[in-house]
Amino acid sequence: MGERRITDDVMENVEILAKLTLEPEEREAVVEKLEEILDYVEKLNELDTDGVEPLVYISDQQNVFREDVVTGADGREALMANAPRQKEQQLQVPRTI
Amino acid sequence: MEIREMTAARIGREIKRKNLGVRETAEAFLEEIRQQEPRIHAFLSVDRKKTLERVRQVEQGIRDGRYTGPLAGVPVAIKDNICMKDWNTTCASRILENFVPTGDAFVIQKLEEAGMVVLGKTNMDEFAMGSTTETSAFGPSSNPWNTDHVTGGSSGGSCAAVAAGESPLALGSDTGGSIRQPAGYCGVVGIKPTYGLVSRRGLVAYASSLDQIGPVGNSVEDCALLLSAIAGKDLLDATSLDVKLPDFAAASEKSFGGMKIGVPKEYLAEGTDPQVKQALADAISLMSQNGAQVEFFSLGLTDYVIPAYYIIACAEASSNLERFDGIKYGYRSENGEGLHEMYKYTRAEGFGDEVKRRILLGTFVLSAGYYDAYYLKALKVKRLIKEEFDRVFARYDCILAPVAPDTAPLKGSSLSDPLKMYLGDIYTVAVNLAGLPAVSLPCGRDDKGLPIGMQIIGNRFSEEKILRAAGSYERLRGTFGRAWHAGR
Amino acid sequence: MAKQYETVIGLEVHVELATSTKIFCGCSTKFGAAPNTHTCPVCTGMPGSLPVLNGKVVEYALKLADALSCQVNRYSRFDRKNYFYPDNPQNYQISQLYLPIGHDGALTIHTGGEETLPGSLSGHSANNKETLPGSLSGHSANNKEKTIRIHEMHMEEDAGKLIHDEWEDCSLVDYNRSGVPLIEIVSEPDMRTADEVIAYLEKLRMICQYLGISDCKLQEGSMRADVNLSVREVGSNRMGTRTEMKNLNSFKAIAHAIEGERERQIELLEEGKEVIQETRRWDDNKEYSYGMRSKEDAKDYRYFPDPDLPPVVISQSWLDEIHASRPEFQEEKALRYQRDYGLPAYDAGILTQTKRMADLFEETAGLSGRPKEAANWLMGDTLKLMKEEGMEAEELAFSPEHLASLIRAVDEGKITRQNAKKVFAAMFREDVDPLIYMEEKGMTMVTDTGAVEKVVEQVLADNPKTVEEYHSGKTKVLGFLVGQVMRQMKGKADPGQVNRMLLERL
Repeated sequence: MGERRITDDVMENVEILAKLTLEPEEREAVVEKLEEILDYVEKLNELDTDGVEPLVYISDQQNVFREDVVTGADGREALMANAPRQKEQQLQVPRTI
Repeated sequence: MEIREMTAARIGREIKRKNLGVRETAEAFLEEIRQQEPRIHAFLSVDRKKTLERVRQVEQGIRDGRYTGPLAGVPVAIKDNICMKDWNTTCASRILENFVPTGDAFVIQKLEEAGMVVLGKTNMDEFAMGSTTETSAFGPSSNPWNTDHVTGGSSGGSCAAVAAGESPLALGSDTGGSIRQPAGYCGVVGIKPTYGLVSRRGLVAYASSLDQIGPVGNSVEDCALLLSAIAGKDLLDATSLDVKLPDFAAASEKSFGGMKIGVPKEYLAEGTDPQVKQALADAISLMSQNGAQVEFFSLGLTDYVIPAYYIIACAEASSNLERFDGIKYGYRSENGEGLHEMYKYTRAEGFGDEVKRRILLGTFVLSAGYYDAYYLKALKVKRLIKEEFDRVFARYDCILAPVAPDTAPLKGSSLSDPLKMYLGDIYTVAVNLAGLPAVSLPCGRDDKGLPIGMQIIGNRFSEEKILRAAGSYERLRGTFGRAWHAGR
Repeated sequence: MAKQYETVIGLEVHVELATSTKIFCGCSTKFGAAPNTHTCPVCTGMPGSLPVLNGKVVEYALKLADALSCQVNRYSRFDRKNYFYPDNPQNYQISQLYLPIGHDGALTIHTGGEETLPGSLSGHSANNKETLPGSLSGHSANNKEKTIRIHEMHMEEDAGKLIHDEWEDCSLVDYNRSGVPLIEIVSEPDMRTADEVIAYLEKLRMICQYLGISDCKLQEGSMRADVNLSVREVGSNRMGTRTEMKNLNSFKAIAHAIEGERERQIELLEEGKEVIQETRRWDDNKEYSYGMRSKEDAKDYRYFPDPDLPPVVISQSWLDEIHASRPEFQEEKALRYQRDYGLPAYDAGILTQTKRMADLFEETAGLSGRPKEAANWLMGDTLKLMKEEGMEAEELAFSPEHLASLIRAVDEGKITRQNAKKVFAAMFREDVDPLIYMEEKGMTMVTDTGAVEKVVEQVLADNPKTVEEYHSGKTKVLGFLVGQVMRQMKGKADPGQVNRMLLERL
């Protein structure tokens, strides 16, 4: 096993980015598992991929376009149907500024 | 003959001949569900009222000549990550516990056009992340062959429902083996179609470049019929393909005579249960004796498919699951103050451990400084894997392989070691990375009586070939039997 | 001697495209609808929803790439930009990072003259009317031409809107704007002054309007600019640490923000402190920018290719087609106006400042056959009223047909020039038909000479004393007689004609 990749700083950053905070008592176990998984996935480094183009799309589709024609109906009711909090036909969130 | 003993194709025929009523059929399966659910827990929601309302529509539609297809009136169960209007769609997660879609997935629209009757929504690993259906926030499903064992996953509910005779057909989704592996563990048939053959619209995304919806049934023909019902171009899914669809059921009736089938040596190496190897060897000899040309070959890169898969799948998942934030739908935590704490508590309380782990892993591999080393590297390996399969399919019509190294493990034995659980996907994930179609079907049972599955993998768009091979093998193999025949 | 500082500015400009539907769904892009009524599962981030690209967005992006002389990535892709914010329903924005549609373009700007045009968008006072882009009249000493390099331009989706509740401690989300197509144009840090920035924005806006791809209304947010600014000592070729300023919704605010931020950074450096690389929010009321730094806003967007959207591949023939459809831009148009209509360079320059104005001019000129008159109405009364109302050319409501018929009415002596101005004011407000309006308001002149003659004869007959006075040398009384005629005609006669008739008979 190499050096720890998921240092406390890295983990803190990842939690902020993912908006997912772990309880202090679960964090250590999670980091340990993640390290173990990273050790394993780094197996990929055994492969020489110099000059290999990354493959994003498995299909060779391209230029899949929609016509610029309005098809949407009023979706407000549908949006509000599942809203945890709403006010005046808008979603209510904690103050952002 | 009891209805639950019949294949879906047979039920469809009997309904057409008026030997069976649509209502009578639905009631029979609802009764199975009522009786068996305490033991199996294949379903997350069943709504008798909605189902019977749909039965009336279908009865009318059949009378009107609107529903004339082979599956008109046939019941089906739907994995709970496929959106259905007015039906709770939870993805087996607390975070979507109360989510009710306001529209149907493309496949649900297609099932409606086929005149099918939905029985309920099935259990799964939370957001399809898992291989046992134990990561479900609502408790695991049990394997109908032995309820101490898991169903496999993530489409464990769909496969258990079919295996237990609670539904003749089901829809699952397969991102890294999530249809094929539980189908193998539960002794039923499942198909993972070519990427893009079935629209993903309305499927709650786990890993968008790998996800495909597919059928689960008791026979290759049943699955072929259901695949025909759901396949086709969807203008609202840019990745759905506009290809000519062959008659899949007809293909399943043809013989594999003259086909060249390759078996990857690496898939029968150590680590695979000897009983699984034996079952596969039996299948190989049966097929060779009956006109197929079966040979072993060496498949490269097999050690690298799981690393590439988990990097790509988790990266995409970390992004796909960002939308669950407590604002638009689903769970919202009351804890914390201000926007960011609301996000964090909602997600920390709403997601289970495995989902959190994959989100964190995915976030890490995409984050600044790691993107090239992990994510980009995985995409390069993905190209190598695809090219490897291109070479293989230049020589063989199909690949024959085990579905999993093992039969269904005992409940509670998998989650403590996620890496070990990931390694169990070794035979299934390459298919998703390369966008290939594969059918999983039972080929034997181990000494505990648990089913052993095998898969037949084809090149992209060669569903016809794999269905031919699977259908003719199934006929040669003879009846596999049902869980309740096993005397429990 | 105090150190001399140079300001280094680059811009990120967002332009909302004038498509009918959003970039990835069929919802309408119309501005001003009731909250959340232009929404669907796609633009509200519902589980299972998938984006499908609006082909028009690619077409518009290619038009702009062509106009900005950008290199086009013939294989272009969409990437996800991941960050949590309530106006962003998926918590990722679909944008382009790795293979944007265009890159390495250029935009030529002119400063020193054109930004001070009357009716120009910057609203600065006019003091140098001689030089204009595209004018034939050569260059004045302070008209400088400069090329601003375009780093890249890409397609992306807009976010929804957040409204901060007045009564409760919460914000409200409206997704009508979520998914409206945007093109972001990122310049190189080639600008040095607020004047250059304004000139760049005006030019870009003019190009978009001429292409018909965006109306670029700042107050509606259909054109928005983020300013990246750093300062360095004059002569230094090292870049200073830059800040990014957001929330700039007028040219005035942009000019203020640049001055304010320049001063703030210089002050820091003079005090021996460091400028921190951060995003700042400009408050135009307080004329100060505020740092938006927070640990929760860590800027790591984890861009990766969006697997839901197949790539965009652009053929040579598509590019050729786009290039062939390129419209006549301002410079060429202004030259043509001088050549074909005989307009002075200054007039041609003003009339072509906006596509809307140019279109109005050409149509009115064609319909009336009087290009000079058309130009005079547009440059005189129109610009004056626009300035009074604080309006932009895009908002002009009167039709060229009506302006042309007003011009004809004046020509034919049906209305006095003075009354015509009143009619025009009414047309400007609500596009009334000038002929009907003139009739209703009794402004139509009596052009029947017989009728006028009759009144003239009558007035002369009724005022023999005045006629005598006139003949005795008090020629000033002519005015009285004209007045009498005009009064009896209720003002509907041409005073010049009355004057002539009276003189003939006296």
